[in-house]
Amino acid sequence: MIDFGYSLSKSNALKIENLDDSRFKALHKLEPDAYKCIGCGSCTASCSAGVFTELSLRKTLLSLQRGEGKGYIDQLQSCMLCGKCMLVCPRGINTRHLILSICKIYSVEQ
Amino acid sequence: MRERFLIGFDPFVLPFMLGMAFVLIYCIIGLIRVILQLPKADRRKLAASLFVPVNALRNIRDMFLDCLIHVKLWKRNPKLGYMHSSIAFGWFMLIVLGHVETFIYVPGKAGLFYYPIFFRYFMQMENYSLRGSFFFVAMDLFLLIVLSGILLAMFKRIRKRFFGMRRTTRLSLTDRVGLYSLWAIFPLRWIAEGFTAGIAGGSFMTIPINMLLKNFMSNPENITVAWWMYSVALGTFMFALPFSRYMHIPAEILLIPMKNAGLKVYHPRKGFALAQIYTCPSCGVCIDACPMSASRQNLKDTTVYLVRQVKRNNARRMNAMTDKCLMCGKCQEVCQINLQSYDIRMRIRERAAYNVGLKYDYLDSYKPVPGKGKVLYYAGCMSSLTPVTGRSVRKLLNAAGVSWTQMDEGGGICCGRPLILAGRRREAADMIARNTEIIEGSGASVLLVSCAICYRVFKEEYQLKGVKVMHYTEYFNGLLEEGKLRLKRGDLKYAYHDPCDLGRGCGIYDEPREALFRVGALAPAKQEKAMSVCCGGSVGSLTLSDGDRAAITQASVVNMLHSGPDRIVTACPLCLKTYSRYSPVKVVDFAEALCDGLEK
Repeated sequence: MIDFGYSLSKSNALKIENLDDSRFKALHKLEPDAYKCIGCGSCTASCSAGVFTELSLRKTLLSLQRGEGKGYIDQLQSCMLCGKCMLVCPRGINTRHLILSICKIYSVEQ
Repeated sequence: MRERFLIGFDPFVLPFMLGMAFVLIYCIIGLIRVILQLPKADRRKLAASLFVPVNALRNIRDMFLDCLIHVKLWKRNPKLGYMHSSIAFGWFMLIVLGHVETFIYVPGKAGLFYYPIFFRYFMQMENYSLRGSFFFVAMDLFLLIVLSGILLAMFKRIRKRFFGMRRTTRLSLTDRVGLYSLWAIFPLRWIAEGFTAGIAGGSFMTIPINMLLKNFMSNPENITVAWWMYSVALGTFMFALPFSRYMHIPAEILLIPMKNAGLKVYHPRKGFALAQIYTCPSCGVCIDACPMSASRQNLKDTTVYLVRQVKRNNARRMNAMTDKCLMCGKCQEVCQINLQSYDIRMRIRERAAYNVGLKYDYLDSYKPVPGKGKVLYYAGCMSSLTPVTGRSVRKLLNAAGVSWTQMDEGGGICCGRPLILAGRRREAADMIARNTEIIEGSGASVLLVSCAICYRVFKEEYQLKGVKVMHYTEYFNGLLEEGKLRLKRGDLKYAYHDPCDLGRGCGIYDEPREALFRVGALAPAKQEKAMSVCCGGSVGSLTLSDGDRAAITQASVVNMLHSGPDRIVTACPLCLKTYSRYSPVKVVDFAEALCDGLEK
């Protein structure tokens, strides 16, 4: 094969029968805004901590919805809870409480 | 006057005596518990303050003005004030005069609790004397005053608006028992004394009753029944008292010296906080004051209900109610007993577990460009969402010829207040330490802050050596007064909103208004200064949803538009951002408004 400098990446497909969304449902119960996210990324763009770290609420929430989330919970630990993401969110998601709730439910992993 | 019975006792005094003994024992145990719960330093402080003459006098004055006269309620609404002070002061005088009478006529019986209370039953009048008539008239006068208060209290149940209240507290079961027995006590006393007025004497209240129903009243069989009823009403009230809101009557006597000693809340339901919680009379003034009352479903989360849950030690509700609160501090401002709800909520939040393993080891990587300005400007996180704030501040600083440096250009670290408000004080200490290091290392003598939230935490939590923390409203007003900054007056009307953390939090009300007056006219809001309504954007609340916040913001905007302003001015980027979404008139930052007056 000729090496063009890129290759096909591994499939990202989810097997729905393997999806464990019980914890995400628990999260939704704690913070009803959890399903509202449209993934626009405004929160990440305005993040105070994001200037210094990899913190991205959009990515974290997306991966949690997929029943994953490994590695992303650690990133949330750099959040300063300043609340800018809450002000810019076009869906009016209570992001600060969402972050606290994620930590509450998923921290069992740690 | 002479005694009617040799033994000076009748079984009808028993309900009253049992109730009295119960209340006394309960209060003494409670007092010992509260004192023991206090940390040692606080206990010493309290004991020391009792022996300082100035403080002791202040305690007595406060007890008289707050417990008996209810001065704060008079200021709020005279009808409400009259209602409370007529019952409290009138009842107090009835008790005092009863004791004086006993001391004068039967000094041997003065040690008995019940004798002064049921004086008219045990005594018989022989002949009129001036001194006797004085007591008859005085007792009936105070009874009339108390009865008028009770009548008003009953009317308040039907029409609270007459007393300037929109909403009052929903009473619990024990509160109701206490309330109805309190209402019953004085009419029953009137009737009971009316029964014996033919024997013991009376005045303008009791004698007419006696004369109206002469045959019925003079029947000795009926006399004891009336006194039994009076005693049972008293006894019921006393037994309900420790479990109802009427516990505020004895508890306030303990709270006043504690408050004057300057104690601090260190635990949500121990020591000083416990004394405050028992002193809450559940009057419900905080319900109307709370910005959350803009939507009905949040009424149950206001301070008066929180106090009830703290009393019951219902941890789940306590946490939920505390997490919802905006922490604007208005309930504390209107509170009749100055219940430190802000501190109590902070202690609850600090105890709540979130499992948040917050780590800030990256803070050291933040290295701001060192500047040489004497003024270090810290815009704060929120200002990056309202760039106009920073732009206007820089413009004004340049216009005044000040040498300045901006500390957080292109992103800085948070001041730590949002974390503290979320009860994470230990984690916030990391940020405070890093910020302190940067600020002290900058060589500036003034830290200029354009955010009310940051300003409060810099004032309360930071110990900055050689650096003066100034909010930009103070700073620019100072420049204007010194004449270093000159502004031209326009013809716009500005309505200034007091941000919670700046006004109630730090007590800055006049500087922004003085400065704004140099660029235009002021259009006062309906409720302003200490009564200002939170914009609804507060980072204090953790769980309020967007919809609830919208209702609060809309109500707050209506308050701001009271006298038809051209601009709403605020001195906090968070309020600016929040208001801008819902306001029909333009919302501007304080510095932006001042820029209107700069020569173009």
